[in-house]
Amino acid sequence: MEKHITLPLTEELARSLHCGETVYLTGTVYTSRDAGHKRMCETLARGEALPFDPSDATIYYVGPTPAKPGQVIGSAGPTTSGRMDAYAPAMMKAGARGMIGKGARLPEVVDAMKKYAGVYFGAIGGAGALLAKCIKKSELIAYEDLGAEALRKLYVEEFPVVVIIDSRGNNLYENGRAAYLAAKKTD
Amino acid sequence: MREISGGQITDAVERLCIQANQFLPEDVRKAVRNCRDCEDWETARGVLDKIIDNFEIAEKEQVPICQDTGMACVFLEIGQDVHITGGDLTEAVNEGVRRGYEKGYLRKSVVKDPVRRGNTGDNTPAMIYTEIVPGEQIRITVAPKGFGSENMSAIRMFKPSAGLEGIKDFILETVENAGPNPCPPMVVGVGIGGTFDKAALLAKKALIRPIDSENPDPFYADLEKEMLEKINRLGIGPQGFGGKTTAIGLNIETMPTHIAGMPCAINISCHVTRHQTEVI
Repeated sequence: MEKHITLPLTEELARSLHCGETVYLTGTVYTSRDAGHKRMCETLARGEALPFDPSDATIYYVGPTPAKPGQVIGSAGPTTSGRMDAYAPAMMKAGARGMIGKGARLPEVVDAMKKYAGVYFGAIGGAGALLAKCIKKSELIAYEDLGAEALRKLYVEEFPVVVIIDSRGNNLYENGRAAYLAAKKTD
Repeated sequence: MREISGGQITDAVERLCIQANQFLPEDVRKAVRNCRDCEDWETARGVLDKIIDNFEIAEKEQVPICQDTGMACVFLEIGQDVHITGGDLTEAVNEGVRRGYEKGYLRKSVVKDPVRRGNTGDNTPAMIYTEIVPGEQIRITVAPKGFGSENMSAIRMFKPSAGLEGIKDFILETVENAGPNPCPPMVVGVGIGGTFDKAALLAKKALIRPIDSENPDPFYADLEKEMLEKINRLGIGPQGFGGKTTAIGLNIETMPTHIAGMPCAINISCHVTRHQTEVI
């Protein structure tokens, strides 16, 4: 099933999404990966404000290549989400709801997703040239010293993702594989 | 004795860094397309179609195939009758990486200390592997290696009694543990033998050998085929969404080892397994 949604990702919207659905996202997403998450979580621990309003925000785990002249952004596919597992529950507690990445998540993250109505989207890993075409604006908003890991505000149009883990904890990595293997068995 | 200048090496490395990141090798393209045609799961076919679109866009628009433009692994086969002039070989290679990553708009992904971190800002140092070979040429291969897949690699020091079954189980276990993380479909490099470090290097070299080639020893050629088939029965599929195509290639490299051991290293790579070569 295909859905087209406009961000921010409200609780109602998040709860309407189901594991395995293809979703096209339009709106603002924020980029952050390892070093940026570490810094944001230290900021939250000190009780200070993040560089952007996390309420209903979607965070894209990406470190893009530099833009060539005339480009909005360079290649920009997802990085492995598991490295952000240590930080994701704190980010969701602060209000961030959507995560875009690739790869498995820890049970602690899934528990936080159930608690805060979070959604974990997967973009195609290694398809950075293709995905960059859906990014229409890119603005550096913080942590410039981190280079590729700096915080960026992106405006995306019809950005293709798949719901990997929904707000009820259903997981495509488990269900998709099981469905394939079951279909092969009955062949 | 033939003289080759450091500047020639720098220029070649610069070109190879850019080319390797924009143009997927023909053997990898062919394997992805073949797997697309053989894939029997609809979601998986859709993912493979997008992967094909992506490498075609990268080539046409001369942009990186993947945003993880990797650590620059540089293999140098240096003819023993070559004299390198005009400075330090390591610096010549690093200068090539520095220029290539800047001019090619490639991502700088290297930190200066593994624990204390801090980006070096120019993607240096390169991971340099030198080998002295007969002749008076230098063969340079640049293989940018992304870390989504590198992180899923593994090494084990087996007892010889573990035998072939031990190796087979380890390959499947490593792919299973990797699951959706290394951007499947993967390329699997297996190194067996040597010492702890040599096994890892063999695994890395296995990733550079074209995936439409086979090990010259029929015993290992058969093992390559058997293990690729077994991996593609796991059901992980492209991106881990389920399907037949979990790996598009598996290469094995071996060398003699000690009477007491059987080291085995598995270097996992993704569908963007990149390498370009030039001979000076």
